[in-house]
Amino acid sequence: MQRAIIPQIGAAAAWRDAARRFLAAGVPPGQIAWGDQSAVPDLFARDTPLPVGIAPTVPRSFVTMARTVVWHSDPERFARLYAFLWRLRAGPQLMADRGDLDLARLRKMEKNVRRCQHKMKAFVRFREIGAPDAARRSFAAWFEPTHHTVEPTADFFVGRFNDMDWRIVTPDVSAVFENGTLSFHKGMAKPDLPDDASEQLWVTYFRNIFNPARLKVKAMQSEMPKKYWKNMPEAAAIPDLIAQAPARAQAMAEAAPTLPPTRMPQVQAQLASCTSAWDGPEGALPGAIAACTRCPLYRTATQAVPGEGPPDADLMIVGEQPGDLEDLSGKPFIGPAGQLFDRVATVAGLDRREAYVTNAVKHFKFTARGKRRIHQRPNTSEIDHCRWWLDAEVAQIAPKLILAMGATAVESLTGKGGGILSRRGQIERSLSGLPVLITVHPSYLLRLQDSQAKASTTALFQNDLRQAASLL
Amino acid sequence: MAKHTLEQKLAILSDAAKYDASCASSGSNKRNSRDGKGLGSNEGTGICHAYAPDGRCISLLKILMTNFCIYDCTYCINRVSSNVTRARFSVDEVVKLTIEFYRRNYIEGLFLSSGVIRSPDATMSDMVQIARKLRHEENFRGYIHLKTIPDAAPELIAEAGLLADRLSINVELPTDAAVQQYAPEKKPEQIRKAMADVRLHKEAAKETSFTGKRPARFAPAGQSTQMIIGADGSNDATVLGQSTRLYSSYKLKRVYYSAFSPIPDASSKLPLIPPPLQREHRLYQADWLLRFYDFQLDEITSVTADGNLDLEVDPKLAWALVHREVFPLDVNRASREMLLRVPGFGIKTVNRILSTRRYRALRYDDLMRMGASMKKARAFVTARGWSPGGLIDTADLRARFLPPPQQLTLF
Repeated sequence: MQRAIIPQIGAAAAWRDAARRFLAAGVPPGQIAWGDQSAVPDLFARDTPLPVGIAPTVPRSFVTMARTVVWHSDPERFARLYAFLWRLRAGPQLMADRGDLDLARLRKMEKNVRRCQHKMKAFVRFREIGAPDAARRSFAAWFEPTHHTVEPTADFFVGRFNDMDWRIVTPDVSAVFENGTLSFHKGMAKPDLPDDASEQLWVTYFRNIFNPARLKVKAMQSEMPKKYWKNMPEAAAIPDLIAQAPARAQAMAEAAPTLPPTRMPQVQAQLASCTSAWDGPEGALPGAIAACTRCPLYRTATQAVPGEGPPDADLMIVGEQPGDLEDLSGKPFIGPAGQLFDRVATVAGLDRREAYVTNAVKHFKFTARGKRRIHQRPNTSEIDHCRWWLDAEVAQIAPKLILAMGATAVESLTGKGGGILSRRGQIERSLSGLPVLITVHPSYLLRLQDSQAKASTTALFQNDLRQAASLL
Repeated sequence: MAKHTLEQKLAILSDAAKYDASCASSGSNKRNSRDGKGLGSNEGTGICHAYAPDGRCISLLKILMTNFCIYDCTYCINRVSSNVTRARFSVDEVVKLTIEFYRRNYIEGLFLSSGVIRSPDATMSDMVQIARKLRHEENFRGYIHLKTIPDAAPELIAEAGLLADRLSINVELPTDAAVQQYAPEKKPEQIRKAMADVRLHKEAAKETSFTGKRPARFAPAGQSTQMIIGADGSNDATVLGQSTRLYSSYKLKRVYYSAFSPIPDASSKLPLIPPPLQREHRLYQADWLLRFYDFQLDEITSVTADGNLDLEVDPKLAWALVHREVFPLDVNRASREMLLRVPGFGIKTVNRILSTRRYRALRYDDLMRMGASMKKARAFVTARGWSPGGLIDTADLRARFLPPPQQLTLF
């Protein structure tokens, strides 16, 4: 008969060494009396010298499991582990058989230990024992674990509370962390810990985060069993909270709806001020637009392009977004589309210099292809972000009519893009109620290949501009 | 107005936060304070530090920065027209509470939400300041969840995502129409846009630059949202349809369902009914089946005629009861996909069955040891030495799973 006494501290390594020795020597499970420090010495157990051999390899999954199971409180744990290890020699596939009685039992023990470790991480409650303004603060906790979980769980607390000193005192093993060093000591009696002001705040929090209309006592107890309650300050409030809950819920339901407080209209008036509206001084608008970072387009564009024109213009012309040239120069409508617009407008009797010309989106959106920048249509989000600036411009200019060219401009002003060809020449209302005349963007004319279509579309465009001029 | 003490403020502002369903603190970066320079750690899995008598876990210090609010959302206790006591934390108070609670091992971190004061930007910028102070001045490595204000400036959201583990924006109600009715100042399209922004930010933060440098992770624990159930007339099919859309469009980590709960000083526009807790539970079960068990939306919602989930039995059992033709399944031969459809079998059980099946045939007792709930599963499976006989075709099969009938109260 062999005897193996596994010490309380360092049990995992000790069991592993012993098991390896026995296995190498081929000692069957029945020949070993395992014991921890609580074990009564066995009269018949003798330490006979063992032959030295080579321990067989063991599946990694067993090693991981054994490392946890050794902390279980069952006195039989060491023997059970060894007995299973003995069986594993013949059939390593046993680890994959969850239906096996022995394995199922070990896995259950493993689960119990893990749960206990988890609960320890959750339910240890520290109290401050040193000065709160000390360079290294110090805390202590009293905890009563179900299994021998202090040693395997201490590392979690080291990783979490490294900048302070702490000790977790239990009747089993105590962990002490001082100046960055962790040590384990024998179990102790419950210490007298000083009161802690934060504890009162914590109980207040616990009492108030609970919703009396949703009482579910069973769900609480399955996760926070009563055995832990006596060392958790907040648990003292539970019976009281449960007792009052039905009455509180009832009172809520019975309370008659009340009138809103008198300050409500004043407070709600603030809402108008926080819906997007730019309210800087008049001359500061172009500068503010230039500094805009409301959407990511500013990151790739050279600069933002604000509108241009007389501040008392009756007509406001809104295009889609700056193009390559506009982006470089910071001026609206100077590229090929702008030049085409100027030509058509002159024929239609519209003087661009009398109108305020701007874009729905202030930054150039593009993809770089070789040496060229390819225009990309702004998306709804970009249009929405930029609407803030367009709205500010509209508010400042207060035009009689807005000419919206292209889907982007139309969407920004009316909230609905698309269907431009069927909506052209019509007057719709902007989101703020101003008349908006819809037409195509001059770049559309530039893109048309068929000369006949180009001529007819240009004529329609010219008509729209003439209509705009006549409406002023 | 008398000045509140810190304890009074905590009472008011945690009470105001108790309607937020989320308290999760999992799924973020792993980190710790082993270098001795900071406080806190994150293991990847969250820890629930206590449970309240409503059965919900307390993992985070869940508070509002302030319960003053300029919005008037009908279902919300903090709406401007409500007469609750108002309070407001300073930035330093929130930081101090979080750190002191954390040091005593009460919490995993902070879940900060807020009523909207002054303007969305001003509110959001105060919240970001709290997170910044925790991370940079206190070197806090615990969990931070910020509830973002949808109309806040994108730069603020961008910074919030770099400081916090998780961002969330509430969609509030299952349909746009309901949002417009009950939360007139909130805009569903703006909420969606905000969620889209977070997704884009997250994806952008994954791309390495041309030098191979990886940018800081944006909201590593992802984003989540909350939907209030039972305040409007939407059925469960609508609710689950909305969450499926949210999961796929914005890659949300979680959609939380919060049973509409009667609130003190409720608006007269809402019925004061007890919260449909069972319905909330069934929605979570269905949500789980959709995400982890390969169930399709219409499979779950077509079981009943009105598009609501069966309140008496769980959605998987309800599905199995109307698809009896595929049962009983032989646990020794059935495919993984089909085993996942057996009521009472979870993913772990199925994995254990499959790994053991490689070596030997399974018996009824094996299934019990593998963690299957045989009370539910026994009618739907065969194993070596076990056959349910005609059980699957009995007329009262459903009745076997129902809770026992209860005596009505006399008074």
